[in-house]
Amino acid sequence: MAADKPLYKWVGTRTIRPDGHDKVTGRAKFGSDFSLSGMIHGRVLRSPHAHAKIKSINTSAAEKLPGVRAVITSKDFADQPSELAAAGEAMVNYKDMVRNVMAREKALYDGHAVAAVAATTVEIAEAALELIKVDYEVLPHVIDVDDAMQPGSPILDDTMVPVGMDAKGPTNIAKRVEFTLGDAAKGFAAADVVIERSYKTAAVHQGYIEPHAVVSSVSEDGQAQIWCCTQGQFMVRTFTAKLCGMPVSSIRVTPSEIGGGFGGKTVVYLEPLATMLSKKAGKPVKMIMSREEVFRASGPTSAGSMTYKIGAKKNGTITAVEAEIKLLAGAFPGSPVQPACMCAVAPYDIKNVHLVGYDVVVNRPKVAAYRAPGAPISAFGAESIIDELAKELGMDPLELRLKNAAKTGTKAAYGPTFRNIGYVETVKGAMAHPHYKAPLGPNQGRGVASGFWFNIGGESSATVNINEDGTAVVISGNPDIGGSRASLAMMAAEELGIDYNKVRPIVADTASVGYNFLTGGSRVTFATGLAVVEAARDAVRQLCERAAKIWEVDAEGVIWDDGHAKPASTNVGEFEPLSLAQLAAQAAKTGGPICGHNAQNVQGAGPGFATHICDVEVDPETGHVTVLRYTAIQDVGRAIHPSYVEGQIQGGAAQGIGWALNEEYIYNAKGRLDNPGFLDYRIPVASDLPMIDAVIVEVPNDRHPYGVRGVGEVPIVPPMAAVANAIESATGVRMEALPMSPPRVLAALDAARPKQAAE
Amino acid sequence: MAKHHVSVTLNGEPTEFLCSTRQTLLDVLRDELNLTGSKEGCASGDCGACSVTVDGRLVCSCLVLGAECEGKSIETIEGMADGEKLHPLQQTFLEEAALQCGICTPGVLVAAKSLLERNNNPTETEVRYWLAGNLCRCTGYDKIIRAVMKTAAEMRGGA
Repeated sequence: MAADKPLYKWVGTRTIRPDGHDKVTGRAKFGSDFSLSGMIHGRVLRSPHAHAKIKSINTSAAEKLPGVRAVITSKDFADQPSELAAAGEAMVNYKDMVRNVMAREKALYDGHAVAAVAATTVEIAEAALELIKVDYEVLPHVIDVDDAMQPGSPILDDTMVPVGMDAKGPTNIAKRVEFTLGDAAKGFAAADVVIERSYKTAAVHQGYIEPHAVVSSVSEDGQAQIWCCTQGQFMVRTFTAKLCGMPVSSIRVTPSEIGGGFGGKTVVYLEPLATMLSKKAGKPVKMIMSREEVFRASGPTSAGSMTYKIGAKKNGTITAVEAEIKLLAGAFPGSPVQPACMCAVAPYDIKNVHLVGYDVVVNRPKVAAYRAPGAPISAFGAESIIDELAKELGMDPLELRLKNAAKTGTKAAYGPTFRNIGYVETVKGAMAHPHYKAPLGPNQGRGVASGFWFNIGGESSATVNINEDGTAVVISGNPDIGGSRASLAMMAAEELGIDYNKVRPIVADTASVGYNFLTGGSRVTFATGLAVVEAARDAVRQLCERAAKIWEVDAEGVIWDDGHAKPASTNVGEFEPLSLAQLAAQAAKTGGPICGHNAQNVQGAGPGFATHICDVEVDPETGHVTVLRYTAIQDVGRAIHPSYVEGQIQGGAAQGIGWALNEEYIYNAKGRLDNPGFLDYRIPVASDLPMIDAVIVEVPNDRHPYGVRGVGEVPIVPPMAAVANAIESATGVRMEALPMSPPRVLAALDAARPKQAAE
Repeated sequence: MAKHHVSVTLNGEPTEFLCSTRQTLLDVLRDELNLTGSKEGCASGDCGACSVTVDGRLVCSCLVLGAECEGKSIETIEGMADGEKLHPLQQTFLEEAALQCGICTPGVLVAAKSLLERNNNPTETEVRYWLAGNLCRCTGYDKIIRAVMKTAAEMRGGA
């Protein structure tokens, strides 16, 4: 990765981000910071029941309360036919979406919206909610994925027909997926060692600090403007138009700064409600979720239950893997079971693989994408059992991974043959890291685990406008969730050959730039970055044409070099180079404004791999696990802005550590969420964590001009198994269920003590 | 019920506001005084995104009532920079990329400033425990802790 001289002037440097000053001074406008004159306030009535038939809703008393301007229920939204649409890496069905934003026949989870009110103040809106009478018939509910698959389980949707399998009678199984490579039975027959284990993971929330917020303003002529915090303003436009029965052209969505999303803001919750309330009230309507509502009613990710079987030769060659992976989807189909299966053993070159996944509905909020959706769940199982295999074979766990590592040309069980990938480099990076050889003390242990995410491209549009003073504006359409504006501006500066500080990147509303798929799938720096690079090249092409015009030569005779138009060779003629600023100043005389555009459906996302090393200390008295040291090695293709790449790796690892040790949705016997707040749903705080050493490996993606791979999602995949493997190394006890919280670890330690004493 | 008339010193300026009994200081700052730099992440004192100081004491403004603030001196993120000149913590956060989405950043900065006013040479552990009431979901805290330590060193005149 070390080059003799820097390849680039801006790419790979640590610039100040363009939105930075506004964010350290409090000036930046996030979702709830936006207000309009004449604005009123909306609140949502939510089901207190996990599963109930809605027999009737009486809103008349609420409507009569002074100050109330509008009340809506499911009756205000036309029913939708079954039709799939992309949201993040997952598909959503409009039939389900219209029911999720506002319950129709049934309330399907604690927190499910059943009505909404807009009033002149929040207090009046809340008082009005109390006046709405909902007649519920409470039904038996089911919370656990395994329970939901049992015969006799309460059924959420009698009419559901599972995809990919035959089912007799009603079922909660929405879909079965299957991936087969080679012949698993044959692979197990050839194995010297076969291990089979079961694992469970808890549902966890993305935990963004900014609750969902929206202001929607529908004019008397039917034109709507929406300001909201979202990962995709175009997604909000599409979904709101569909659910509110409005033409797409009548809705303009402006994304605010976004206070975290991690996949959780790739769907709509409040936007259609605020828009419908605004339409009815004739006023702009602001809605903000409370933290409790965020936990109860916005998507966490799935809980999982899985069984893995692995077979290997004595020399460490893995001959077969079989797995059954069951993920709960929440109240409507659409868990990330497909990507969970795709990613499960993708880091490895295994000839015989058989993976079966089930998508199962239960009485919980509909899951939403969460950073590499599904992959951390399946990887917890896969990377735990590989650790057990290493122990059984007496091999170093990294040696075992290296021996079976996927390389360029490896055929993955989910279909593709990998092009240039950097998994091996991450394993070797871990082996060479001083962390891997550092001494450990009593009650301390070390674990390793790897992870994979395929990353995506998608529809991307960008414009690069050359300004009359030689500066440039980069217009793109993806909310900047962790520094992408800086990366886009750096690539544009590189292409244009001008100072980074002369390039101003903005995130445009839906009416000001071509369509962009949402911020998700680790796609923005890669895919929107590609569109920005192509748009900048389009501008450069125009700049060269202007120089050719001035010099009265053919455009082919002009090249762009270091921010200047120059004659391609002395054959073209002797001309003083013209700078971008000189050409920009003459633009009106040479043909008018210089605007580069690009729009495409970007293909060629480079898969990402990571290997993590984790040291823990386990308190034998309390079961409390302290993470002492953490190192994350990741192939990022090329780091455009290394600091924000490191930040993604560190943040992903920290979220994974929270998932491993503390985070879980706790439901009581009535199916109500018992911990809808940050006190009881405990995400890692600063004193819980050590520094996280992010080691960047660069194996460039050959399908991107700067070699970019998606970065943001891979780092959350390995941590849960890395922590579990470290706990096993410290205590000899294997934790097979998440979270590995003190009571659970202590119970496991207590259960193992008589056995360990006897040995 | 009649609103309370409250006089405070806000970021050094004499300021008056009217608030209802149930309005928190955070509500007053955001909804009455249009200072939206303090954020509401939880409204229960768990996330620290609304951190401000009241008479020099670091508090979650969602846990303080507006009506309690009569005569007090309140400092928010909006008062941290000196005109165009950023506070050293703000500058270092930019240079060290100690923010990602930025929603927790105002609260973290207010809390960190409060720490450095009490202890100009904190250990990593002291910084981690002082900031344990400020949740950040993006960064894993690494760059935040480093930025605070680095600023402390610079402000001491070392580094």
